[in-house]
Amino acid sequence: MYCLRYLLIPLLCALIGISNASRPAQAADLETALSGLAEKSFKSRLKAVDEIAATQDERASEILETLTKGKLFVANPGKHIVMEDPATSGAYLFAATGESAGSYAKAAIKKVKINNRMRSAIRKALGTLTLGSKDRNRRLTAARSIFNTRDVSALPLLTNAIAAETDTAVKREMERARAAALLASEADESDKLAAIEIIASMGNQDALALLTQVADSNSGVVAERAERAIAEMKSTLALWGTAQNVVYGISLGSVLLLAAIGLAITFGVMGVINMAHGEMVMIGAYVTYVVQDVIRASMPGLFDWSLLIALPLAFGVTALIGIAMERGIIRFLYGRPLETLLATWGVSLILQQAVRSIFGPNNRLVGNPSWMSGSLELGQLTLTYNRLCIIAFTLVIFAALFVAMRKTSFGLQMRAVVQNRRMSAAMGIRTKWVDALTFGLGSGIAGLAGVAISQIDNVGPNLGQSYIIDSFMVVVFGGVGNLWGTLVGAMTLGVANKFLEPYSGAVLAKILVLVFIILFIQKRPKGLFALKGRGVEA
Amino acid sequence: MSKLNLLRKGLGAAVLGATLLSTSAVVSAEETIKVGVLHSLSGTMAISETTLKDVMLMLVEQQNAKGGLLGKKLEAVVVDPASDWPLFAEKARELIEKEKVAAVFGAWTSVSRKSVLPVFEELNSLLFYPVQYEGEESSKNVFYTGAAPNQQAIPAVDYLMSEEGGEVKRWVLAGTDYVYPRTTNKILESYLKSKGVADEDIMINYTPFGHSDWQTIVSDIKTFGSAGKKTAVVSTINGDANVPFYKELGNQGIAAEDIPVVAFSVGEEELAGLDTKPLVGHLAAWNYFQSVDAPINESFVGEWKTFIGDEKRVTNDPMEAHFIGFNMWAAAVEKAGTTDPDAVGDAIIGVTVPNLSGGYSAMMPNHHITKPVLIGEIQEDGQFEIVWETSGTVVGDAWSDYLAGSADLISDWRKPMACGNFNTKSGKCGGSGS
Repeated sequence: MYCLRYLLIPLLCALIGISNASRPAQAADLETALSGLAEKSFKSRLKAVDEIAATQDERASEILETLTKGKLFVANPGKHIVMEDPATSGAYLFAATGESAGSYAKAAIKKVKINNRMRSAIRKALGTLTLGSKDRNRRLTAARSIFNTRDVSALPLLTNAIAAETDTAVKREMERARAAALLASEADESDKLAAIEIIASMGNQDALALLTQVADSNSGVVAERAERAIAEMKSTLALWGTAQNVVYGISLGSVLLLAAIGLAITFGVMGVINMAHGEMVMIGAYVTYVVQDVIRASMPGLFDWSLLIALPLAFGVTALIGIAMERGIIRFLYGRPLETLLATWGVSLILQQAVRSIFGPNNRLVGNPSWMSGSLELGQLTLTYNRLCIIAFTLVIFAALFVAMRKTSFGLQMRAVVQNRRMSAAMGIRTKWVDALTFGLGSGIAGLAGVAISQIDNVGPNLGQSYIIDSFMVVVFGGVGNLWGTLVGAMTLGVANKFLEPYSGAVLAKILVLVFIILFIQKRPKGLFALKGRGVEA
Repeated sequence: MSKLNLLRKGLGAAVLGATLLSTSAVVSAEETIKVGVLHSLSGTMAISETTLKDVMLMLVEQQNAKGGLLGKKLEAVVVDPASDWPLFAEKARELIEKEKVAAVFGAWTSVSRKSVLPVFEELNSLLFYPVQYEGEESSKNVFYTGAAPNQQAIPAVDYLMSEEGGEVKRWVLAGTDYVYPRTTNKILESYLKSKGVADEDIMINYTPFGHSDWQTIVSDIKTFGSAGKKTAVVSTINGDANVPFYKELGNQGIAAEDIPVVAFSVGEEELAGLDTKPLVGHLAAWNYFQSVDAPINESFVGEWKTFIGDEKRVTNDPMEAHFIGFNMWAAAVEKAGTTDPDAVGDAIIGVTVPNLSGGYSAMMPNHHITKPVLIGEIQEDGQFEIVWETSGTVVGDAWSDYLAGSADLISDWRKPMACGNFNTKSGKCGGSGS
């Protein structure tokens, strides 16, 4: 190893020397290579990408990166390849030299189109071009992209880079990339076996995919070793798959819980069959949309905070609508469930059509703040941040509600009114006031759910409809009037659904869960956790 | 229990109420030719269909500005079937019997088309259906201006199999669980197998309408795609469910270079509700994109934006289908000199009008039209960049050549054959099929 490094350093110096010596010639090369980008067919443009990469010019990586972003243009007359000048708007630079090209009219420039094949070629080229970059993250990306492309020609460069690398994480990625490329090359059997060890130690899907290819394209000892590694990995991956299902189930359960938790109050505690519950969720989501729209227009810097700003607003708006509904309609209908159902269904249609008239029938764009995009790799589990946030958010809401019900005087009054209205009134509780506030609280929580759901689902007038049935299902299954029941019910349904899905498909899984609930309700009409309350007696 | 029971009863009553609520515009005037517009303006499908109602109003207005038809003004009669399939049939009957419209432009989902079809055949009126569909149908009274599977699905798969498309070897056919994806996937499956794709290289997956939890399916696709062969997803996922699907793809880090998704139901309108950054490079197959570079398209897009009064509104493929269908109908009425359905039905076969991609579309004897097939890649601005197109136009095929029982059928509504399902083997009209 040591002597290898001694050998390499002069070699590297020699390489740099050569590239320095041939600089002027290369600018011209780059110019000719670039001109291929102005060609009409994707094929010739693809060739141009390879040629640009082959020049090894230091501008090549910048040019290719600009190209993937769609910011490279053909300027007429002359078919020059230009890019936007970051310093002055409307001005352009020659891509080949970075010198100013002056300004062009909009009609005179045309974007260089790329397709997926060109994107892969660019990724491959950038892998080799940026391996020596000063930026740690770029080296990391470069190593990863070489791993994906298994570019054999990058092997000598990788060997150099590994020797020069100081960052352990980057070095590990580079060694993996080298192993991947080695397996695609005509290397010795012993080298290949060592490479398989490195790949097998990764233990993830990518490694599995790579080894499957290796097993198919090689024979003898190498193929055998690869197949043994595949078999080992498959059994551990199956275990991870089970864990993944549990996580997905909890994630689905938390969405169900989020949607149902408001209903657990309006329907569970108060006994109002509230068909407009879904619309409260929908309005919460639209509040998020409006907040983001305002932020986009006036304060783009605040975008990452948009959800936090939307939360209190959504709660306020939906709670007010809920209180208005209770005061205006529902209080006249207590004890008449059929009329309540029809009236709230009517309200839900009115709210839907109102939203459709104000915002239009189309879905609205609600963006994810940057901290909610992407995913976290935990072992072999892929946990997306938005789902993680929703799980956490649901649990916080649940805990807050639980504390409010158990520890505050309002919660005490609420439970008292539910258990014995006349006695509570005799004790000086303003029962009507409590009714309105309880309904407002349930609606407000539905609004909060809307903010979260806007991150994973469509924001459109029909948003609520897809959650109302599920919400009723959860509340009825968990036991009317019991928060713990709602929690356990939602999680059970979520996890059951996710374990059924891989075997039965999504459609049948939903049906099976429904059948299960029907059978369960036959056996235990009061749900998982039965509780005494007005709702049960009605 | 009792509560659940009440819930069910109440739901029934509420649906009835909603039905009564839906409106119909009744404006009668003498000496006008009435054109029926049968698109949902409320309910689930309003998202897609409202735009088509608007484009019909624009086309009628433009025709009137040109002096109408046969010296008479046109009048659009708009009804709202509220995304309720039986109501489609009711509203169609109202348009034909009460309003006496000359032709109807409408319907979106296959269910709604199947629901109105008997009405049009019974009352002998004309329906122009503007959406891509599963084929396997041919009616004397219906003109299919959207794409048949051979004008969308099969060319898309061909593209992905080609060198330029990435030489895909492994296929995920993902769709919403209803008639269009089921039939399309059956056709695609048999087509792929005829091209030598093995059973284990095809994964078929169905999800319910409005499915929003895609975690398991996307991770399944990821696993399926890691078998060492180039994998692509052919998506017949319907409208709304696409947004969470693409979001999940982006979040789980599946880029278009790794596993491209080609969609048949995602157009400019659907992308407008979506953050398109993670989707760049995913594909869609249509017969028209707003980004088509043709003078006629440029003026259409301009007229549309002025008509609707919103610079941000987009155009899409079904709108182009209405544009073609309406112009074909108008040309046929001029040719026949009357709006009588039989005369127009005979006259329209062979009528050729410009389409928006700079070429011409013709009505074929099987009541399908000729269209170019375009493949577009999603861009950051929510538009599509056309990366591939057929060299000429493709004739819509009512009966797929890749389905047993339908391969022998042809449709030709010219006299004397006048048959929607002529069996070339038995030589009789009315072979298998509907």
